[in-house]
Amino acid sequence: MAAEQNTTLLTLCGVKKHYPITRGILRRQVGAVKAVDGVDLNVNRGETMGLVGESGCGKSTLGRVILRLEELTAGEIFFAGKSLNALKGSSLHRLRKKMQVIFQDPYSSLNPRQTIGRIIGEGLVIHKIGSAVERRERVLHLMDIVGLRPEQINRYPHEFSGGQRQRISIARALALQPEFIICDEPLSALDVSIQAQVINLLEDLQEQYDLTYLFISHDLSVVRHISDRVAVMYSGRLIEMAPKDELYEHPYHPYTQALLQAVPVADPAAAGKRKELVAGVNDAPFPPHGCKFSPHCPHSSPECEAEIPTFYEVRPDHWVRCYRSNA
Amino acid sequence: MALPVLHVKDLKTQFFTERGVVKAVDAVSLKLMKSLTLGVVGESGCGKSVTALSIMRLIQPPGRIVEGEIWFDGRDLLTLSEEAMRSIRGKEISMIFQEPMTSLNPVFRVGDQIIEILQRHETMSNKEASARTAELLKQVGIPSPRERMADYPHQMSGGMRQRVMIAMAVACSPQVIIADEPTTALDVTIQAQILDLLRKLKEETGTTVLLITHDLGVIAEVAEDVVVMYAGRAVEQARCKDIFRNPLHPYTQGLMQSIPGRTAHTGKRRLTAIPGVVPSLLELPAGCKFNTRCPHAFERCYTDPEPGLLEPDLGHPVRCWLYA
Repeated sequence: MAAEQNTTLLTLCGVKKHYPITRGILRRQVGAVKAVDGVDLNVNRGETMGLVGESGCGKSTLGRVILRLEELTAGEIFFAGKSLNALKGSSLHRLRKKMQVIFQDPYSSLNPRQTIGRIIGEGLVIHKIGSAVERRERVLHLMDIVGLRPEQINRYPHEFSGGQRQRISIARALALQPEFIICDEPLSALDVSIQAQVINLLEDLQEQYDLTYLFISHDLSVVRHISDRVAVMYSGRLIEMAPKDELYEHPYHPYTQALLQAVPVADPAAAGKRKELVAGVNDAPFPPHGCKFSPHCPHSSPECEAEIPTFYEVRPDHWVRCYRSNA
Repeated sequence: MALPVLHVKDLKTQFFTERGVVKAVDAVSLKLMKSLTLGVVGESGCGKSVTALSIMRLIQPPGRIVEGEIWFDGRDLLTLSEEAMRSIRGKEISMIFQEPMTSLNPVFRVGDQIIEILQRHETMSNKEASARTAELLKQVGIPSPRERMADYPHQMSGGMRQRVMIAMAVACSPQVIIADEPTTALDVTIQAQILDLLRKLKEETGTTVLLITHDLGVIAEVAEDVVVMYAGRAVEQARCKDIFRNPLHPYTQGLMQSIPGRTAHTGKRRLTAIPGVVPSLLELPAGCKFNTRCPHAFERCYTDPEPGLLEPDLGHPVRCWLYA
């Protein structure tokens, strides 16, 4: 890895996002949904950080918080050394150029009434970049980069297949020459053969334009393929983080182990060798104060239910939030 | 050789739309052998779900089954009256749909929905039916089934709803269960539990399963036989282990190579993607339907109509001129 890749681009410190639960006509707050509950994370320049977890674990909310599409409840986010918390108005506007997002569903994230030329070029218009002619040039160039044909510029999203729509989303994300792109489940609406095309495109673009990705997905095989490091999220917190091969070969947290075991392997010889799975993962009605996974955990002790374990480095660069790791 | 439990012969299902005739299923034949799971794999629009709906005779206009035979229990399902078909659906052949939220009725309690099926097909008192329902819910791993029977679908999680769907499907001990993407909407840990459950039910009751999925990993886990579909046709058929060890059709080979993590994990290796997109069923190319995306296509693939299922010396039935 090049030396510059080790400089930090994005830092999250104790990031929390709670949604209030209100009741009664006075909308009195009676509780909170802790979607993101204290996440610390560094993303280095030029790397792909994979973020995996099951539905409801808070991974998409975390992405939205980083983009400031949701306001933080607590914590601080630094991007290229600057705190994002205080940014408002024009400085927030300028930051948005550097950070882009590709959403999961290419059917609902593209405006059906706009031509794709307009969709891809909209960021350029908003940020008042170039003249109309220059913008058109840039849009055509972007379309070429992601593999769309120039004559398609005046077409509408419904005329494209899912894979092509995701290419449009990628072109739109690239338009402002961002440094950082959050990919929020960019492949899950696509067919397998099309997924591979989009993965390859994302990897090529990263190399060409020095992009940094936060790749949010529930698909562990895809994350393993594309990421440099992987973080596992459970119930609003990171519970394990390591370089990808380390994580997949030596998962430490019982939840990570269960998750990896659950992935069906496309190899009949490996089928049926799985151990019995922990039951009812991720749906405990009354999560304990401590480790949220403890009701399902085969190794849980009273200690686990009482207090949340700290994030502990079990091996170089391999972090785990589990009491077993401190022993 | 044993007779198949369900035998689909040259099924053709077409949709007559304003823009033309869509040949969603084009001369597909399938054999479901007793107590085995046949996996049907393919991408969206390849006709796998339409095949399932055709077997259940649930195709709605403008769609129509135009040709073919579906043999089950000595009868051709396509010649039966709607009344006779209704007594087969749910009792002898049942179906598990992909989206448990949209396939359960939101305004009825889940217990009542299962009781309805039981009483539709079998003479049972309310008390018996409700006892049997509790037993079924327990069997599919729902804790405190008596209480859960009073829940409405929205009160349950996705995994629990899918369990209810499975309980409904097995309620009358059908001979055949058709599962159309039963785990696609679920998280991996829940998916693994549901697949375990299907496997267990199959072992205990000897049910025959037709499993439709786009996920080769799921196929490898539960299927004994596999049919690969592309653009409305079955392009390759084999034992599960053979198709993974020795895929013959260029499309199957492409699918296998597209899955991240099937080969060595070390380093960043480019995935071998299948170029292009699945062609629209209204604008299928002449010759082999895969010729626009096939790396091995040669003259014959464009000029001749694709072959029937060929049986190469080393291997299994495949529709590709490479093996002629």
